[in-house]
Amino acid sequence: MIRTPLRPLARVLRARETGENPDLIERENRRLRQEAARDQARSRAETRLLAVALLFICAFVVLGARMGLLAATEPLELARGLPEDISSARADILDREGRVLATNLSTHALYAETHRMVDPEGAARELARIFPEMDAQRMAARFTDPNRRFTWIRTQLSPEQMQAVHDIGEPGLLFAPREMRLYPNGRMAAHVLGGASFGQQGVRAAEVIGVAGTELFFDARLRDPDQVHKPLHLSLDLTVQATVTEVLEGGKQMLNALGATAVLMDVYTGEVISLVSLPDFDPNNRPAPPTEGEPADSPLFNRAVQGYYELGSVMKAFAVAQGLDEGTVTPDSIIDTRGPLTWGRFRIRDFRNYGPEMSVKDVMVKSSNIGTARIMQPIGAERQQEFLRKFGFLDTMPLELAEAARARPLLPDRWSDLSVMTISYGHGMSTSPLALAAGYAALVNGGRKVTPTLVRQDRVQAGPQIISERTSQQKKLMLHQVVQEGTASFARIAGYPVGGKTGSADKPNPRGGGYKKDAVLATFASVFPAHEPRYVLVVTLDEPVDTTGPEPRRTAGWTAVPVSAEITRRVAPLLGLRPVSLDAANATFAMGQ
Amino acid sequence: MRSLLYLCTALGVIALAAWAYRENHLTQQAMNQQRALEREIAALSEAFSIQRAEWAYLNRPDRLRELVDLNFERLKLVPITAAHFGEIGQVAYPMPEARSEVFDTIELSGEIEQLSATLEESLP
Repeated sequence: MIRTPLRPLARVLRARETGENPDLIERENRRLRQEAARDQARSRAETRLLAVALLFICAFVVLGARMGLLAATEPLELARGLPEDISSARADILDREGRVLATNLSTHALYAETHRMVDPEGAARELARIFPEMDAQRMAARFTDPNRRFTWIRTQLSPEQMQAVHDIGEPGLLFAPREMRLYPNGRMAAHVLGGASFGQQGVRAAEVIGVAGTELFFDARLRDPDQVHKPLHLSLDLTVQATVTEVLEGGKQMLNALGATAVLMDVYTGEVISLVSLPDFDPNNRPAPPTEGEPADSPLFNRAVQGYYELGSVMKAFAVAQGLDEGTVTPDSIIDTRGPLTWGRFRIRDFRNYGPEMSVKDVMVKSSNIGTARIMQPIGAERQQEFLRKFGFLDTMPLELAEAARARPLLPDRWSDLSVMTISYGHGMSTSPLALAAGYAALVNGGRKVTPTLVRQDRVQAGPQIISERTSQQKKLMLHQVVQEGTASFARIAGYPVGGKTGSADKPNPRGGGYKKDAVLATFASVFPAHEPRYVLVVTLDEPVDTTGPEPRRTAGWTAVPVSAEITRRVAPLLGLRPVSLDAANATFAMGQ
Repeated sequence: MRSLLYLCTALGVIALAAWAYRENHLTQQAMNQQRALEREIAALSEAFSIQRAEWAYLNRPDRLRELVDLNFERLKLVPITAAHFGEIGQVAYPMPEARSEVFDTIELSGEIEQLSATLEESLP
């Protein structure tokens, strides 16, 4: 900056010439200089003030935001004084009505700090007296071992045992608080719940982790600290589950079956209301997985979800549905059923000879293998696969169980024309009872795909349309006719019209090759009420024999159907279904056609 | 004037210090109370969860079924079936009570024919 002199010579000389006072020039310049300095100081002060104001504003904004944040967050109960990282909290599991299926119970574990013990031998003796399974000498050896300062004695104590240990009065015996997973209903819904055990253990707490079933599938959700106070609502109904278990257990015993399973599902929401697999186990005391023998024979095996079997004639419903849906047949089309149907060196026979020809409806009602094979023949392998894939039969059926993802259907290596025919009547492809239930649900709910779920839903699944509503309507009537006129006559129960299809599949030989003699897997897939189905029920019995007649009867019509009918009779009122007369149901069918 | 200002400031500082001291103690007291309450809540919620578990255990379907069987003589409980549903028309409505609109009745005696004769006359 060029400093202007106070008395610039040029102007002073000029002023002198004109007779002006040169002091005025100096004063004028001094004034200008002072004004400039003042302006500069003022602007500097303004900048500083602005900076300070900004600083304050920032500080207040930060404080305000923090206060707002504190005020807006939900007030939280502080942790119950657990200094360790291990959290034993685990959310409850409830059924759809809020009844407890799994909850936590606080108990204590017992441990010893050996350096604090006064009389180790005496304590060991006393402990052996309280807990009969303990060996006093081995316990005393553990207590007196100089290399050991700490030892766990028991993971769970009952209040009585705890008092008894307390009464020993040994200062080295200490209690550690524990949360125990309790299944108050015992064996009920064992396969759905799975079980839990301890994970990481500390003196103050131990993790409770799921080991199977929903407990394992939802392990992260159940242990999530944010959701631990919100119980998990399953879709199961405890009352219905208890009834289904009771009836199925009775049926299994009466028919001398090796195992039994039942799946009850809502056809619109896909909610599994009841899922029973027998034999079952007590999740409070989950048995160890079997180390030898067939894993499928273990009580831990969930037949409904993991058990992929050739289910037999129940699959005919899908072959006929495809024929109807693609328009290759109508319910009244006549099918050539002269037997046996020979294909290469393979012969397809019927259970008994049904005559040279019958309608598509009668193929379903009488359950003719030849009939369904003939319906599928013109459709072919590609379209059959496409159709079955839409129903989910070619993939693992998803369900919120840890075991579900590990099981998958067995499909033919090469989908030949023969496979097309055998699969049409349920042989050569394996399906789980759960997948079958989902398939039947889609057949009768207007043709929309349903994915089964174990979590309570509040809305209808809007799955893709996989068959037309018209086909669905025709299938409903056919399933009803099977019960009214065909192989499932025992399913006629007062008040609740039932529709369904039986299936008696020969069991494959476990040593490979062919089928076992006199070993049948009897299945009945039913829907009720038949005229406007709300629920689908699949009952499968493993090697049942009805010995009440003169000769043993093994077909589903004599085994699975009566058991299923009794389940429906008992369960339908519990589900809040009003009984209707058969005439009313027939009138609805007549209107729909 | 200046000393007055100093005096006021000093008094203010003392007052604020006393206030802060009091607040500190109140806060600590509140925190102690809160801890006590939390312990109580924890104890109560534990008791509650035990009660709930016990309630669920006592109401387990197996036990209820056994109880129903044991008390069949007295309660006669059977599984609900379609036969237990009824039509709304089957519900018996209570009979309406006969309403009497005659008050302060007195006993009368007389010839019954006469009474009926006058009645007949009064009728059209």
